[in-house]
Amino acid sequence: MATAQRLKLENIVKEYPGCRANDGVQLTVNAGEIHALLGENGAGKSTLMKVIYGVIQPDAGSITWNGHPLTLQGPAHARELGIGMVFQHFSLFETLTVAENIALSLPADQARDRRKLEARISEVSEHYGMALDPRRYVNSLSIGERQRVEIVRCLIQESSLLILDEPTSVLTPQEVETLFRTLRQLSHEGCSILFISHKLQEVRDLCHRATVLRQGRVTGECNPAEVSTDDIARMMVGNETPLSTQVEPREPGEVLLNVRELNYRTSDPFGTSLQALSMSLRAGEIVGIAGVAGNGQDELLRALSGEALVSNDSITLNGVAIGQAKPAVRRRLGVAVVPEERLGRGAVPSMSLVDNSLLTAYGEGMVNTGWVAMGKVRDYASRIVEAFGVRTASIDSHAASLSGGNLQKFIIGREAMQQPKLLVASHPTWGVDVGSAVAIHEALVRLRDEGAAVLLISEDLDELFQLCGRMGAICAGRLSPLVNTSELTIERLGQWMAGDFPSAAPSEVSHAVA
Amino acid sequence: MDAVLITNVLAATVVAGTPLLLVALGELVCERSGVLNLGQEGMMLMGAVIGFIAATSTGSLSMGILAAMLGGVLMSMLFALMAITLAANQYAAGLALTIFGIGLSSFVGSGFVGQSIDGFDKIAIPLLSDIPVIGPVLFNQDLLVYGSLLIFVLVFCFLKYSRGGLILRAVGESPEAANANGLKVLPVRYMAVAFGGAMAGLAGAYLSLAYTPMWTENMTAGRGWIALALVVFATWKPERVLLGAYLFGAASILHLVLQGLGWNSSTELLAMLPYVVTIIVLVLLSWNPARTRLNTPLSIGQPYRPSK
Repeated sequence: MATAQRLKLENIVKEYPGCRANDGVQLTVNAGEIHALLGENGAGKSTLMKVIYGVIQPDAGSITWNGHPLTLQGPAHARELGIGMVFQHFSLFETLTVAENIALSLPADQARDRRKLEARISEVSEHYGMALDPRRYVNSLSIGERQRVEIVRCLIQESSLLILDEPTSVLTPQEVETLFRTLRQLSHEGCSILFISHKLQEVRDLCHRATVLRQGRVTGECNPAEVSTDDIARMMVGNETPLSTQVEPREPGEVLLNVRELNYRTSDPFGTSLQALSMSLRAGEIVGIAGVAGNGQDELLRALSGEALVSNDSITLNGVAIGQAKPAVRRRLGVAVVPEERLGRGAVPSMSLVDNSLLTAYGEGMVNTGWVAMGKVRDYASRIVEAFGVRTASIDSHAASLSGGNLQKFIIGREAMQQPKLLVASHPTWGVDVGSAVAIHEALVRLRDEGAAVLLISEDLDELFQLCGRMGAICAGRLSPLVNTSELTIERLGQWMAGDFPSAAPSEVSHAVA
Repeated sequence: MDAVLITNVLAATVVAGTPLLLVALGELVCERSGVLNLGQEGMMLMGAVIGFIAATSTGSLSMGILAAMLGGVLMSMLFALMAITLAANQYAAGLALTIFGIGLSSFVGSGFVGQSIDGFDKIAIPLLSDIPVIGPVLFNQDLLVYGSLLIFVLVFCFLKYSRGGLILRAVGESPEAANANGLKVLPVRYMAVAFGGAMAGLAGAYLSLAYTPMWTENMTAGRGWIALALVVFATWKPERVLLGAYLFGAASILHLVLQGLGWNSSTELLAMLPYVVTIIVLVLLSWNPARTRLNTPLSIGQPYRPSK
């Protein structure tokens, strides 16, 4: 290489009880290069990143920084050297302002003059095309704006290597474009970027070089622009797993679920209230709702599951008003729910799979005059494990001991085997490996083919376009029109995700407040 | 009631509210760092007894104060060792500290029950103390009352304007994010807990050296617990802690006044008054859940284990 090597990792090994997260990883990042680190969840990307940022110490291996060997003492040391990091789950303090957040990661003498710091924040954010008001409280910022805070924070510290962990997973397509412009500008100015992702198309658009990880090992290095996405995908998942599900279109049946003028005021100050949401779902179709996290998805799920009660007539199932019905009643009527948080809401972490199946499937003849028929419960749990290919030591294992993908297969299976009329699933493949994602997609399509209505709330646009017959987007608690997927372009969906769609109620001008 | 009586009642209110103000400010700083220390009552009692013993044996009130604060810090370090270093359950560790403090203070102080000491004198601040009503209420008090007001101002400014306060709030909101930002979570929490211990010790000493200059078992009478409730209902804001503490003081004086005025209802009911009034008023103040949540240290009660 003609250009200077900024960072070089050799033979990095990091072992956790039960797994080798990094197993002899090599990685070089040159000055001004945008380098992609690709891999599935659990491939060891996060671990490697934490090693580079000094959060954890590797068990073996060496790090070279600008030609000098290096032992990192911690994140503060890494930052001093010019290694900046933008976290996937942002490391911001919600109850502090933008300037206070940035001040916290600067040396005390640079942070003392708050007015000077605020001016500097504005200057840097404007230079890179990322408008930011330093005096706003972080909890009032959108996800995209929070990411800007993290990036600006790194830039103010004059980082020469910027690590971004799945930065686009929380952004609308338009926000992604803005981010990429900023990153290219940084790269021109000589800043190196380590871009962690599992979205292949983005990596091809943006990155100069890519390193692929699988099960803790490097399985390939390439110039992503010269290699097909399928080839990269193969390096990521290996040869055994299918890469995607084939979905045959299918004609839907009668209207099953009707949501009319659904309003729900949340009492959570960080939540989003739903405003006059209307939609209808027919039996035998999958309807998708796209949107950036925190725009009312969780509130919608709660309103449909019965965790939040709404005006009775605003939700009807088969003509029966259920807006005031509690979750157990809705469950009896055939509403099944797969919430976003697998551990804690979808399943109880410290309970066995057997006990977890009893939680929602008790209606399947498992309880007799108050006594639990343990045999039937165990039988039910084993059938889920078998039918949905859940990899677990036994059905008596704790839910928390399963990997994300396997637990999600279990939860989907538990709901699907009760043959619901309506399944509401929120981000079902979030953080799940490709193999499990395919299995989950197949389960959803199978449910559809058996005549159930499926409402799929997701941030993964590929998933939505692949599975859904109709889809729309949710923004600031309002729902866009739902249109046939074949008639929808990604640009239009992006506009909808940003709130740019005709309001449902014509009298009301669309300036919803988040 | 005439003006003299009102002035006297107000002055007594400030005195009665001071120990509560001290211990609650300490606990507020501690909780803002994300640590809930239920051991306030135990630390106060140890402060009271150690302060009393040190003052009677050295004959110096300031030695008493110093020893009491040191005792509070030592007690709090016992808690910190369990709840921070060993990441034990904070609730259990705090309760244990209170029970331990009650027992140990009775044991240590058994030979000193019934003795008395010359407590702190009132110091009239020239000119200011001549202002009608306000003068005698705020500017003719003992040294510790002035001290408590100074500490209030310092805590208020520390939390609101200083970098240290910013770090403290950040650690209390999210120790994980704080660690990722390179802040040292455990030392920050240790210091916050130690400050809480020092304040509890000081509050205890105020009881045994100024409020009622003597030592009796359990002389804190639940003030440590009221302080804990006070901090929560004050939504972790020092100015509301000040208000709540003086409110408690006013209500505890009021019941004496009412008795003096010939109200013949039951003494027990009147003795409940301060606790009831304080809690009701603060519940009303913390009515708005949205505003409360913005001040709540989100990580409170959760032990933090740095990843290796």
